[in-house]
This record gives sequence, C-alpha cells and structure tokens, in this order.
Amino acid sequence: MSSPTAHAHHAPQGFIRKYVFSLDHKVIGIQYYFLGLFSVLIGLTLSVLMRFHMVYPDVKVSLFEKLWPVGAQGGIMTPELYLSLMTMHGTIMVFFVLTTVPQSGFGNYFLPIQIGAEDMAFPVLNMMSFWTTFVALVVMVAAFFVKGGAPLAGWTGYPPLSALGPVSGPGEGTGQTLWIVSIAIFCFASLMGAINFIATTIDLRAKGMTLMRMPLTCWTWLVTAILGLLGFAVLLSAGVLLVLDREAGTSFFIPAGLLVSDQIQNHKGGSPLLWQHLFWFFGHPEVYIAILPGMGVASQLLSTFSRKPIFGYRAMVFAILAIGFLGFLVWGHHMFMSGMSPYSALAFSVLTMCIGVPSAIKTFNWIGTLWGGKIRFTTAMMFALGFVSLFVSGGISGIFLGQPALDLYFHDTYFVVGHFHMIMGVAAIFGMFAGTFYWFPKMFGRMMNETLGKLHFYLSFIGVYAIFTPMHFLGVAGNPRRYADFTNYDFMNPLMPIHKFMTHAAYFTAAVQIIFLINLFWSIKKGARATENPWEATTLEWTIPSPPPFDNFGGKHPVVYRGAYEYGVPGADKDYIMQNDPAQTPAH
Amino acid sequence: MLLAPIIWVLTVIICYIFAAHTWWFPPPISAHGMDYDAQFTRTLVITGVIFFVAQFALGYAIIKFRDNGGRASYTHGNNKMEALWTSATAVLFIGLVLMGTKIWASVHFTEAPADAMPIEVLGKQFAWNFRYPGPDAKFGHTDIHMVNDQGGNPFGIDSKDPASKDDITSGSLRVPAGKPIKLILHSQDVIHNFFVRELRLKQDIVPGMEIPFHFQADTPGTYEVPCSELCGLGHHQMRTTLIVLPPADFDKWMKEQLAAK
Amino acid sequence: MARSITNPDIKGPAGPTSGEWGDGGGGQPGASRRASLTGLLVLLTATTMVFAAFTSAFWVRRGLSNDWQPTTLPPVLWVNTGVLLVSSVMLEIARRSLKSGKRSEFNRYWTIGTGLGILFLLGQALAWRQLNDAGVFIATNPSSSFFYVLTAAHALHVIGGISALTYVDVMALLLQLGPGKRTAVDVCAVFWHFLDGLWVYLMILLTVWG
Repeated sequence: MSSPTAHAHHAPQGFIRKYVFSLDHKVIGIQYYFLGLFSVLIGLTLSVLMRFHMVYPDVKVSLFEKLWPVGAQGGIMTPELYLSLMTMHGTIMVFFVLTTVPQSGFGNYFLPIQIGAEDMAFPVLNMMSFWTTFVALVVMVAAFFVKGGAPLAGWTGYPPLSALGPVSGPGEGTGQTLWIVSIAIFCFASLMGAINFIATTIDLRAKGMTLMRMPLTCWTWLVTAILGLLGFAVLLSAGVLLVLDREAGTSFFIPAGLLVSDQIQNHKGGSPLLWQHLFWFFGHPEVYIAILPGMGVASQLLSTFSRKPIFGYRAMVFAILAIGFLGFLVWGHHMFMSGMSPYSALAFSVLTMCIGVPSAIKTFNWIGTLWGGKIRFTTAMMFALGFVSLFVSGGISGIFLGQPALDLYFHDTYFVVGHFHMIMGVAAIFGMFAGTFYWFPKMFGRMMNETLGKLHFYLSFIGVYAIFTPMHFLGVAGNPRRYADFTNYDFMNPLMPIHKFMTHAAYFTAAVQIIFLINLFWSIKKGARATENPWEATTLEWTIPSPPPFDNFGGKHPVVYRGAYEYGVPGADKDYIMQNDPAQTPAH
Repeated sequence: MLLAPIIWVLTVIICYIFAAHTWWFPPPISAHGMDYDAQFTRTLVITGVIFFVAQFALGYAIIKFRDNGGRASYTHGNNKMEALWTSATAVLFIGLVLMGTKIWASVHFTEAPADAMPIEVLGKQFAWNFRYPGPDAKFGHTDIHMVNDQGGNPFGIDSKDPASKDDITSGSLRVPAGKPIKLILHSQDVIHNFFVRELRLKQDIVPGMEIPFHFQADTPGTYEVPCSELCGLGHHQMRTTLIVLPPADFDKWMKEQLAAK
Repeated sequence: MARSITNPDIKGPAGPTSGEWGDGGGGQPGASRRASLTGLLVLLTATTMVFAAFTSAFWVRRGLSNDWQPTTLPPVLWVNTGVLLVSSVMLEIARRSLKSGKRSEFNRYWTIGTGLGILFLLGQALAWRQLNDAGVFIATNPSSSFFYVLTAAHALHVIGGISALTYVDVMALLLQLGPGKRTAVDVCAVFWHFLDGLWVYLMILLTVWG
C-alpha cells in the first residue's frame, strides 16, 4: 500500500505508466470498464448460442463443428456443450460484468472525485486489483480450451457434480478446476478493491463532505465494498475446500457411498449442503453487490434530471444500509428445497420479505423524486427511468420466490431465471448504461450521440421485456431450468412458441447493442466536446475539467458546504447549487 | 414522452396474460395443490396491484412532470408518507409469507400419516427408480457393490435378505389415488430433484441424505416428472411419470408385479 | 484513444511536501495514516471472515458423520506458539523504542521479532513433516483435513506478514525509516499481533475440538 502522497504531485510519464500499469484511479476505472465490456460481449454471445440451441436443438450448424469438434460433432451442440456454455455465461456475467463495471469501473473512477479526494487511498493496490481481475478472466476463459472443455455445473457449482471430477461429466476435469482457481483469484482482487473503497470513503473525504452529504452513489459503493469484503472471503474459503475435494482426496462436500458412472467413490462423510450454505452466504450479498451501485446511479440521475432533490435522502441511506445488512441474513432462500431444516427456511423467508421493504422504499422514493419535477429526457435519464420500471418488474417476482410454500413449485423453473435476469441481467445493465451516458462526458471529454442513445434505449427496453417477461409464464407452466432442450416432455410442447419468441427477441436485442457500441467508440473519437458540467449537476466531478487532470482537483482541496441534491432551491439564482458553492443558502 | 405509453402497454399486456391464464399451471390433483393455488392467487393479486400501480405512476410522472418551462417543487421528502408506505409494504409482504406458512408446515413440519405407503425413490444420472417394500412392509437390504443397472438391479438389492423377496422395483411411480404416500428420497451420485407439477411439490434429492417426503394424490392420471436440479449432461432427459391409479387398479398392478417375481 | 485519458495540460501547483504524516488525498492532516489503519482493519476483517468460514465448515463437518478422528497435535506446535508470542513481544518492544527515539534498539528487537517469525514457519514445516511421518495426510480423515487447511491458511498469512516485517527491517537497517514510515511500522506490528491471536484461536480449536 502506498499513500496518495507518494505519487500525487507528479503526472505519470510514458505509455506503460499512463495506460497499462497506471496508478491513477481514473485510468484503472476505465480499464475495469473495458474489461467488463469485453466480458459482457462474451456473455451475450454465449446466451445467444444457448437460446438458439434451446429452440433448434437438431439443426446442424457447421460453425459449431469448427469451434467445438468434440462438443458439437456433426454441427449439433451436445447437451454437455450447452451446459458448459450456460455455466460460463452465468459465471462471466455475474463476476466479470455485474461485480466489475458498476463498482470497480464507475466506483473507481468517481468515488474519489465525488468525495473530493485526489485518488484512492492505496493506488498501487488499486492497480494490482485490476491486473488480478484480468488474470482471473484469462484463467476463466482458458477453461474453454482445456481437455474436456468448460465446466457444466452451473455458475453455482454444486458438489458432488462439481467435486467428483470427470467421472460426473465432460468438462468436470481441468475445466472445473480452472473455474474454481479463476474465482479464487477474483476473490483476492475483490478483497483488494474493498480495502481501497472502504478506506478511501472513511478517511479521504474532503473538508465539509460529511457522510450525510455524500452522493448516494458513494453510499452504494461503500456498502457494496463491505458486502464484497465479507462475502468474497467466504467464497474464497469455499473454493479452497472444493478444490481440495477435487484434487487432494478430501471429503468436505462429498458424502460416502457414491456410485458414479459405475465407479464407487472413495470419499466419505461430507455434505453437499455445506457448500450451498457457504456459497450462498456469498451468493446472496453478491446480487446486492450487482444492483446497489445501479440504484445509486438511478438516484443520482433521477434527481439531477428532475431538477429536484432526491426524495427522502435519509430514508435512501437507511435503505442502502438495511439492504446491505439484511442481505447477509437471507441466503437460505436459495435453499428452500435443498433438504435443509424447514424451520430455518421459514426464518429465512421472513427475513427475505423484510428485505423487500427497503427495496420498496427506494422505489417509492424514486417515483417521489420525479413527482413535481421538471424532467429532462436525456439518454442517461431514459436508462434511469427504465431501471426503475425493470427493478419493479424484477423485484415483484421475488415476492413469490421468497415464500417457501410457493417455491415448492417455482424452484429451479424459468420463473427463477426470469426473476434474476430482470434484476441483474437487465436492471443492473440499464444502471450501467445510465452511468455510461451520464459520465462519458467527464471521462472522455466528449458527448455521446443522443439520437443513437435514445434509439438504443427504446429498442433495448422493449427487447428485454420481450425476452424476460415470458420466462415467468414458462415458470408458471412448470418449465424447468438448465435444460439443454425441451423435447423429452409432452407438457413442454405447447411452450415452444414462447421459447421461439424469446429466442428471436434475444437475437433482436443483441443486435441492437451494436448501436451502443458504435455510439461509444465513435463518440470517444468524434463526439462533440464536453464542457465541465453539461448536465448542470451538483456533485464534485462536475466542478473539474472534462476529462479531469491526473490529480483530479489540480492540487486544490475542495471544501463542501451542502448535500448533493440542491436542485430547484427557491431563491437561488440557478436551479442547481454545486456542493462546493459556499455562497448560497440554505446550506445543510 | 414515448416511454410512458410503452410502459403502460407492456404493463397491460403482462397483467392480461397473467389474468387470462394463457400459459398456466396444470390443474391440481390434491388438496395441497388447491391450497397452493389459493396462496399463489393471493400473492398474484397483491403483487399485480403493486406492479400495475407502480408502473402506471412511473409513466404518469414521466408525462405530467416533463420539463415545460415551470419550476420543480423543492422538497427533500415527506416523512409521513415514508412511514406510511414503509409500514404498508412490511405488513403486506410479511402477511403474505405468514399466510403461506400453513402450506409449508403441512408439507414439512408434519410427519407422514402412520398409514402412509412407503416408496423408495432412487435418483441417479440419469434415471429414476422406485421401490415398493411389498406385503412384508420391509425394504430389503441394499449394497452399493451389488448395483447392476443393465442386469435389472438398480438399487443393489441383496437377494440373500429375505425382506427383499417381495420388493417391487419400477421405473415409474405408481400410486393409489386418495391414499397418503411417503416417499424416501435417495441419490446415488449427485443432487437431483423430484418434481410433480400437478402436485405442486418438489424436493431436492441429496446424496448422503435420506429425505422423507409425503403427499396424497386424489385425481387419477399420468403426470410427467422432470428432474429439477442440474445433475449433468442428461439432466434434461431424466424423466419419469407419476401414475395415479384408482385403488382397485393399483392393487391389481401390485398383485401382477408380485406374481411375476 | 486519440486524446489522453487524463488531461496533461492542467498540472497542479507543487503541493505540500510528501513524507509528512500524511496530508492525504482530502487535504486533511493525518488522513493518510488513518486510511492505512482503516485499510488494515478491512484486511483483518477479510482474514477473519476466511477463518470464520473455515470454522463453520469445521463444525458442520465434525457433527456430520462418525469418521472424525481427532488429530494428535505434534508437541512442537506448542513450541511454535511460544515462538510466535515472543516474536510479538519483541515487535512491541521495538515499537516502544522507536517512539522514544532509540533507533538501534528498534533495529535489534524488530530484527529478532522477524527472525522468530521465520522460526515459527520452520517449526510449522517440522510439525507437518512429523504428521506426514506418522501417516497423517490431508485426506486421511476430516480432522486432519482441517488441520492442514487451517494451519496452511495461517502460514500463508504469516508469510505475508514476514514479508512486511522484512520490508520494515530493511528500511530500518538502511536508515530509511523516517517519520512517514511510522504508519508502516504500526500496520505491520498490528497485523502480526492479529496473526498471533488467530494462531492462539486455532490452537484452542484444534486441541479441544480437533
């Protein structure tokens, strides 16, 4: 760890120091963003392949045979190949996109600036955390290329399937081990990041930037870092034990007396449920890690573009803290059907319903922010509004799943898949789009194209509803998840039109993302020059040039006089007051 | 703005499809199934109202409060409203889960009735096997070394054990209608899950654990059983059927099986 | 990208000199030191969670089936425990000396503390060797599995700690341990004491319930 003073007063020189092994949190934030962008394109491709196979399982595609001579002999995807694509889709999306972009991408770039700091507390550690994440991604992708291919046990990797080795299925050899190693490396990277985020937020705030004057984005980044700190440490331990079961002959998770592929296994005495408890103790906070920063961005944008303070700042902070805290107490709702004690299932259920309350508070407050406002429909704002709609849709299905009585039917059906995709696969992604359109001017000194932006928004918004809402209907009909195809069951025949519809909607929505990519890369080169504060927003990043100098505030130390949401203050000469503006009243 | 009508149209379409039961549960075949459907409907109505109102309010706000030159109203919130909608949400959500408690309790907190028919379920990659204890009501001893799928002994039943003489094994699950059944779930290798849509019941089958699970099916028929926990490359093919027979027909089947031994 | 990500045209004026207690990123005096201590606390929390997860796995596994055979701990582990505790005491004496400005005393005690830390690791390796010779390996039974996992995880942290202690030692011996590095001394020492406490906890866990 090096202190900020070690590098603060000398701008980095040379390409490697400036762009590769940079200590500048802004460069590191951009590196994380592009790592996430690369990963989401892989994840998206995998999902399109999956959706194709689900509705056309017998159609020969010569490209498949070229890519996977063993897994897709004759151009037809084998079930094990399908399951490995599914496993990697989930894993790459959850870790390398949802955990990375909102927190390590935007958070790294904007946390120090929004609190008035020159950089993160430990810039060298920050750089190491990015490159560690990079190595984790390389190891994960390597799983595709080893003998047996990528693992097929799902992103949740339940033993014994994930612990027995190749005897339980193709891909369960080296592929599964690389998967665990990659995740373990990712855990280290996350823990390094958590150290920086927490220390920076607690100790490096500028004068006058009290905790209750911080923008809500900073609160979400702080709580997300704490969730990651506690969660990833446990995942790391679980991964170590799983690898030992696979490679060292231990039996943490593997019980006695197993007969797999006609081979009696030597393990004895372990518990598959132990893995589930450890994994979900991490796994549930993980989904809040994926969504909280997006909620912070939504709050920020809804206020800024309604020209009104956020409705109920204190309640919003309380809700973030409550979601973070309760997020550690509800992991058992992923295990209602697992064979664990049904009494604990009830306890987890009540707590799960409790966590719906702060989420509801946030939703009411977002609508309350819009109410009586003066809404400016920039692309960033469109994505924030879309976020609210999608969050409502995705959150509502949680009310069903949080009841073990109803989970007796819905567990492991498409209802679950619809629920978590709505929240993570869409709302969280929209949060990232919103952040991109909002902060792009600051990061790159140019504006993105609003026409392309709005076109991308509308088509994506309709597209994602078209893809993921039908999953709930499939769930009600009892369609199980993680099935390579649906040809073996009579009751699923009438559901195929839904699957076809979803597949076509997926093609459409995936294609629409090209508009975003064009907009992003074209605007970096050729977008209109951005001013210091194109959105007339109040937080500290809008007081410095676009893009900012290497030490953010040009050697000055900002002083903060008010909260982050002073829009439309009666009596002020503009309809917004910057946080560092001493002259206006009221200050609080 | 265009977003508002889009949100409204999507909301109406979604609510309609749910209300019209366009794609729906199969009819329930048990009392538990009917209780389940009632709780589902309760939840659907409450969440449906919340969904509808929230999306409509969002759309309404988008239209009504768009920037047309006026001033935004400067307010930091309203504590009374916060308290009101927070308590309402808490009461609704927790109320819902408490209402469903009876259903959960009837499945998991109560033991199977004393006269329940025990049937052993064995899940393995990628097939289902069922075993009836026969007239002696005792399951014969099994040994993993004796498992022989090709040779017709998936359970590894020890034929030397006298209790195994009248054990009946089957690839599908036949039960008499209107009688309580107690399943004893085993897995030989990885986690599987036994799911019958019409019963509105499912349960993970965990290796190393012996999990009891009871139900009563009242309507005769044949119902598909899809494995519902990822178990490997054949997960999507691991299928069996629950065949609910009128008690007389079930007895007849049982007699035929015993005679064939 | 055509343009520089960070704007090179605007350079800050020469700010406060580095090397002081830490006029850190927010311009607040002492912020850098506080940040280092917060960072340490976060690191200790992470380690605590890792061992909490292992402990809960330990408990669950222990209660699961009757194949748990308590591992007889090699007696050298008690010697190692003593060595570790003494090393912590040495580091504390060193810290006190530094506060009163007694540089060479600091060097002496800190070096001894670091050396004892290395001795602890060697002792751990010996304990592992003795267990191996007795036929107790990681997969022998669940108790031994946890023994190896817990001691190995602890040892990895000790290796990290020794690297940090050595860094401070080298700085001290090269006479580069200025006031700005005091925080590093404190952070390393606290981390090391934490590893002590963790080790005592593990010894209790393994002796009583292992």
